[in-house]
Formats: sequence, C-alpha cells, structure tokens
Amino acid sequence: MNRFLWPLGLFLVLAGFLAVGLKLDPREVPSPLVGKPAPAFTAAALAQPERRLSKDDLKGKVWLLNVWASWCAACRDEHPLLVDFARRGLVPVYGLNYKDKREDGLGWLQKFGNPYTDSLFDPDGRIGIDYGVYGVPETFVIDRDGIIRYKHIGAITPQVLRDKIEPLLRQLNG
Amino acid sequence: MAERRVLKALVLAGAMSLAGIGGPSRAADAAPASDNPEREARVMALAAELRCLVCQNQTIADSHAGLAEDLRRQIREMLAQGMSERQILDYMTERYGDFVLYRPPFKASTALLWAGPALLMVGALGGLALVLRRRQRLGDEAFDPDVPEEQETSADVPNR
Repeated sequence: MNRFLWPLGLFLVLAGFLAVGLKLDPREVPSPLVGKPAPAFTAAALAQPERRLSKDDLKGKVWLLNVWASWCAACRDEHPLLVDFARRGLVPVYGLNYKDKREDGLGWLQKFGNPYTDSLFDPDGRIGIDYGVYGVPETFVIDRDGIIRYKHIGAITPQVLRDKIEPLLRQLNG
Repeated sequence: MAERRVLKALVLAGAMSLAGIGGPSRAADAAPASDNPEREARVMALAAELRCLVCQNQTIADSHAGLAEDLRRQIREMLAQGMSERQILDYMTERYGDFVLYRPPFKASTALLWAGPALLMVGALGGLALVLRRRQRLGDEAFDPDVPEEQETSADVPNR
C-alpha cells in the first residue's frame, strides 16, 4: 500500500506547487519604490515643449501618474477607463509619455481623448528608468508628500480601479 | 476552431525555434562600439548580471528589448562618470528590485532560493540512509536470488 501512496503524495505536493504557480503572474514584480519618495523629474510638457514640469509642481496634491505611449496597445484598452476616471475629478491624472514621438503622442490623445491634466514628455525613457518602468502602461498613486503609495503594472481594469485605487485615493484625500 | 489555434501555436513555436538558431551570436550587436573597448567590456559584463524585465529570462546584455538598450546606455554613461560596479547594481536594484539581479542577495525572502538545493540534497541523502539501514536489518531471504539465464525460459514469468 505504502508503495502506491508515496508517488501519489509526491504527485499531490507537486500539483499543489504548480497550481499556485499558475495563479502567479511573473510579470508582476513587486516594485521597491512603493513607500519611497517618487523620483524627482523635470520634463517638458508634451503639448508645449518650452514649458517644464517638475515633481515639486505637484507637491501637496494626491495624484496619479500614468505611463503611456501611442505604440502601446494595452494603453488603448485602459484608456476609456482613464478618461472616465479623469472626468469624475477625484484626483488629477498626469501622463508620462514614454519613449514616444511628440506628434504621435499628441495625435493619439486627439483621437482617443485626453484624460491627463498634463503629460510629461520622456522620449528617451530616462524618467521611466527612474520610476522602474518596464511594462507600459503603468500607474502610480502618489500622495501629498510625494511618496509612491501604489503601483499597478499593465492596463488598469475596473476592478483594480474600484477595489484598490479609489479606496486608497479616498483614504489619502481623507 | 480549437485545433486551428493549436496548429497556429505549433507553427509559431517551430518558427521561433528556427529563428533561435541564429540568435545568440547576434546578441551583442546592438551595443554601439564606443571609443573605449575596455569600458564596453565592463558594460557588457555588468549587463550580463542584470535581468531584462521585459523578457524575463534574458539578461540585459542578451536582450533586444528597448528597455534593455536603454539600460545598457545608462550603464555606459554611469561608468563614464566613474561610478563603480557596486554603485550601478545598487542603482538598478533601487528601481527594479532584487529581481533584476541574476545573483540575488541572501536575505529572508531569498533564503529558500539559496538554501533549497542544499536542503533537497540533505533530504535525499537522509532518505537514502534510511532505506539502506532498513535493508541492512533484513535477512538474506528477503532478496530475490539472481535467476540463472538458462532458467529464464518464457517471458510470462511475473517479475515479483
């Protein structure tokens, strides 16, 4: 009897590990930046190259930073959600136009709507590196003191918005 | 419908494995030859220590992803500024976490990763010792004598 139970036990243990593994998303790497001050930046505004924006301009505000690009397909998936979210005016949404061409980015916003209070222009992805960006779109929640409180990798979904981001924003705005 | 999808996946996998044949030799061609071959060697050595987060099983040195190119450029610039290897690895870890390191540091969250193989080895050796000791206590009659070859007449003799 024992002889047959052993392989069965081993199989169950292995199956258990694999089942858990199936549920994990290897693309979701925990960001070391959550709980730390958002990296400082100074960037040109996407719409007006001569206007500079920096992190200090946003001090005292709770805000969302959404990393996007016109070449990014998943950005289009989440876009209507962002437009709707911005319309409700809970917090300002700032865009980081990542490794894009200015005219492509502006054209994309014209076509699909512009949810952003402002978009920072990051053509060579340097601000992206500082924010640990590796999969566009990414969304950061940044509090009044400039601390990153939450990071979402990939397109935001209605569930993430309702269950994670909005409760956090309400608490931070509290 | 389902079969078509499977077929498509198979064709794709085949094409990818074919494309992979010429892969590794082209790996380094994206790095622009800088005026300083010594520094370039240091860039690639460091890049080989770092995981590309876009294509997670490649190093930054091997990957053609845009992010990997940007990070190689970043390493090159930091070395040009006279920063040390340690400082650059710290810079990357600050932004992307321990996950970027192909040799993660030993800490609570990575203890199982580092100690796992040794633990498995100890377990296996312990199991072997247990089995051997149990067998030692058995009498000779517990083991089947070797069957001389000429007696093995038919194939339908049961094994046990």
